[in-house]
Amino acid sequence: MGRKEENVRKAEKLRKQLDRIRNIGVIAHIDHGKTTFSDNLLAGAGMISEELAGEQLALDYDEQEQARGITINAAAASMVHEYEGKEYLINLIDTPGHVDFGGDVTRAMRAVDGGIVVVCAVEGVMPQTETVLRQALREKVKPVLLINKVDRLINELKLNAEEMQQRFIKIIGEVNKLIRKMVPEEFKDEWKVKVEDGSVIFGSSLHNWAISKPYMDKTGITFKDIYDYCKNNDEKTLAKKLPMYKTALDMVIDHLPSPKEAQKYRIPVIWKGDPESPVGKAMLECNSKGPLAMMVTKIIIDPHAGEIAFGRVYSGEIREGQEVYISGMPKKYRVQQVAIMVGNDRITVKEVEAGNIAAVTGLKDAIAGSTVTSEPDMESFESIKYISDPVVTVRVEAKRPSDLPKLVKALRNISKSDPSIVVSINQESGEYLMSGMGELHLEITEYRIKNEQGVDIVTSEPTVIYRETVEKKSPKFEGKSPNKHNYLYVEVEPLDEKIVKAIQEGQIPENVKKHAKEVTKTLQDLGMDRVEAKGVFAIKGPNIITDVTKGIQHLFETKELLKQAFEEVIDSGPKANEPVMGVKIRLVDAKLHEDAIHRGPAQIIPAMRNAIYGAMTLAKPKLLEPMQKIFISVPHELMGEVSKELQQRRATILDIKSEGDMSIIHGKAPVAEMFGFASAIRSATGGKVLWNTENMGFEPLPDFLQEEVTAKIRERKGLKPEPWGADHYMG
Amino acid sequence: MAMGELIFVGLGLWSEKDITIAGKEAAGTCDKVFAEFYTSMLGVPEEKIEEVIGRPIEVLSREEVEDGNAILDEAADKKVCLLTGGDPMTATTHIDLCLRAIERGIDTKVVHGISIMTASAGLLGLQSYKFGRTTTLAFPEGDYFPTSPYGVIKENMERGLHTLVLLDIGKKLMTANEGIELLMEMEERERGGVIGKKTLMAVVARASSPSPSVRAGYPDELLKENFGPPLHCIVVPGKLHFMEAKALVMLADAPEEIMK
Repeated sequence: MGRKEENVRKAEKLRKQLDRIRNIGVIAHIDHGKTTFSDNLLAGAGMISEELAGEQLALDYDEQEQARGITINAAAASMVHEYEGKEYLINLIDTPGHVDFGGDVTRAMRAVDGGIVVVCAVEGVMPQTETVLRQALREKVKPVLLINKVDRLINELKLNAEEMQQRFIKIIGEVNKLIRKMVPEEFKDEWKVKVEDGSVIFGSSLHNWAISKPYMDKTGITFKDIYDYCKNNDEKTLAKKLPMYKTALDMVIDHLPSPKEAQKYRIPVIWKGDPESPVGKAMLECNSKGPLAMMVTKIIIDPHAGEIAFGRVYSGEIREGQEVYISGMPKKYRVQQVAIMVGNDRITVKEVEAGNIAAVTGLKDAIAGSTVTSEPDMESFESIKYISDPVVTVRVEAKRPSDLPKLVKALRNISKSDPSIVVSINQESGEYLMSGMGELHLEITEYRIKNEQGVDIVTSEPTVIYRETVEKKSPKFEGKSPNKHNYLYVEVEPLDEKIVKAIQEGQIPENVKKHAKEVTKTLQDLGMDRVEAKGVFAIKGPNIITDVTKGIQHLFETKELLKQAFEEVIDSGPKANEPVMGVKIRLVDAKLHEDAIHRGPAQIIPAMRNAIYGAMTLAKPKLLEPMQKIFISVPHELMGEVSKELQQRRATILDIKSEGDMSIIHGKAPVAEMFGFASAIRSATGGKVLWNTENMGFEPLPDFLQEEVTAKIRERKGLKPEPWGADHYMG
Repeated sequence: MAMGELIFVGLGLWSEKDITIAGKEAAGTCDKVFAEFYTSMLGVPEEKIEEVIGRPIEVLSREEVEDGNAILDEAADKKVCLLTGGDPMTATTHIDLCLRAIERGIDTKVVHGISIMTASAGLLGLQSYKFGRTTTLAFPEGDYFPTSPYGVIKENMERGLHTLVLLDIGKKLMTANEGIELLMEMEERERGGVIGKKTLMAVVARASSPSPSVRAGYPDELLKENFGPPLHCIVVPGKLHFMEAKALVMLADAPEEIMK
């Protein structure tokens, strides 16, 4: 029996022993060596040859990923590791490091209980390290640390042994500073990473070795020895004595929690249902005998098997042939196949138990974030929070018009397997619009449509997605229904920034109806007036609508329609039909017709829409534009070229640091100005530049550009160049 | 400039023959005849009405009537009439139009028509004094499920009053069967004990036609019936006078036990 087969057999057995399971993810800044590290772990488990680890990139199984050398999809793998005489099952989820794919990172975090933070010894803690670490801590995922590429400190930066250790201390200090800042209160002391207890390891994923304090004690190998091996180009010996997978997996088993431990404190974060209910209890206990509760974290469209839903089973077990419910869907689904992942292989099994990661077919209507359960009325898991929203859009057309049906299907598949891609149709022109996290994200998606889905397409130049907000409080505005039997009165004003932030970070449940008390309390704690907080009946895309009227008959019955109108307005604001952000809408009065037939959807929705639009028009509406953080590392002598390039792009330089002969520039710039930056900066510096960007939310578009950009967006959408005045909405 | 005039003419409930002689004469002498059939409708095509009044009719859409300008502009200096099903002023839209006409200095007049408000009571033998508020059942749309009609019936019942329940004629014509099912679903949601297995209900279909359906009974029995072509309406009787109970048995085939 080969090692792989043997491992599969062992994995089957270990799946049922909860204290022997670890669900982990690897999180890091781009290019800090996450994928080569993951491959080391797989090689150790005999899944790929040890020699090839560091080169094979088994988890980068997308052809695209290998070509670009970055990881796009989070794929999963299970492996078996022996620690202190006991065998353990490690379920590894690989996550992308490029922030354009941040959605995938967030989803993967939901499935795991522990994360190995990989930091490059040369570059140190980088902005994305912070972003992904924050995502992990928000989901109560416990971190441990790998300082990678240690050999480069010695062989490239020519540090001496003393300087090397200083560098380590600095990195550990920075990581702990981040953890302290973002860690859940209850774990403030516990989750600090320390060299002494082995929750920090040092190594080189390229050369397959790593060391920790426990290993130093066990083997007598010191930092000085490491230094010498590297210096003498004998990392092969190091890899023999201190194979990376052993050091790392020992750390995982020793420091990261089993599903049974983790679910006790993670379930309340990711699920808002009743902890005393059968499913609540089963999840808190990670009980395989309880009702099935699984959360889908990723959909992969496989050319043979079709749609495969990956997810974490929190309670019960998912079985072949089982009938299950998917949140939000009225009917039942029959589970076709259940599998665990080993590298690229799906190993079909009869069932997957609580605490494990399953790959399931047959769940046709599941999307990333779906709750899969045996209970018809289970409360869904909290939806996964994305750190950033899509900010860039391209128009997509089939090259041959006859390919349109194929294109529609391809777009559906793509947005299903990558929910950070949003596909919409321009109602006026019938064009398909595809939005994503950045230029690269869309380029790669375009490649996938062409090569994986086999549809020849052309795309337009990318455009930026703006936001609309208001600057001041509006007067009371009256919206009339088309039959003029119903009047609705609305005021709008900017929503308090603290509340905006709380919504974006998912601290307020979106299902207001179901969690009314919690919503009211959270909003009051954030400083909202009691009457307003109590009246909130919908929250969407950091905007709030609240009913502050008193005793108006029939208003209750129209709430659903008012909510629909609110949602329509939030999707498409009055200034340029861009999404609305940071607005508080107050319904202050209403006059409704006695009979329900005169205040149905066709009457109330337009009345409310006009009331909100009109009020917004009188509240100094304004466009916000998406911004990016920029990090550039360039030799001193080319600084001038770089700052010239940045100045042309309305960029602000926030900080310049000097490290050796390099300048490290930290700045920010509007996404709209950053198109084509890759080639511009490359040619300006002769390629001697390292840089990356990260989305950082929205800021007001400068006043001198407001009118021009508004007109441009409106014309692109086939609207008249100037927004309507308030009288247009009086009806 | 000639003074304009806007006359609202009720067409009644079923055919071209329901219009009053006054209505026929008024419409026949107008410069322009509009009609709308979204607040109510007849059982015959509009050509039949054109034959009776001897004038071409322009049928307006809901949006055109609600907007009102097409009618009011025409009526500014001409004699214009608007034909509507039933009795015109039972629809709020027509009152709105009438007030706006007055504001623009247009003379207005109403010629009444037969109304379901009295016809339904008449066919069932219920006393018109004893009706409470009228209500309309709308088709639910997605999460929008108005239950105020249930509240109206409950209130009326508590006061011993009958309720006339009109049915949606928007996108589809609601049948009495669909209406009863909706009321049962409202009971399920509201649990106010208003609609039960032993709640007496009555259905009137095609009032004013030569062959109206008039039936009273318990929900489960009524649901088995086919009441034929539209329009339908439902009456939920409140406390019955002995004469009313007798009438329901004799005219609408209600179970005899209601007379006890």
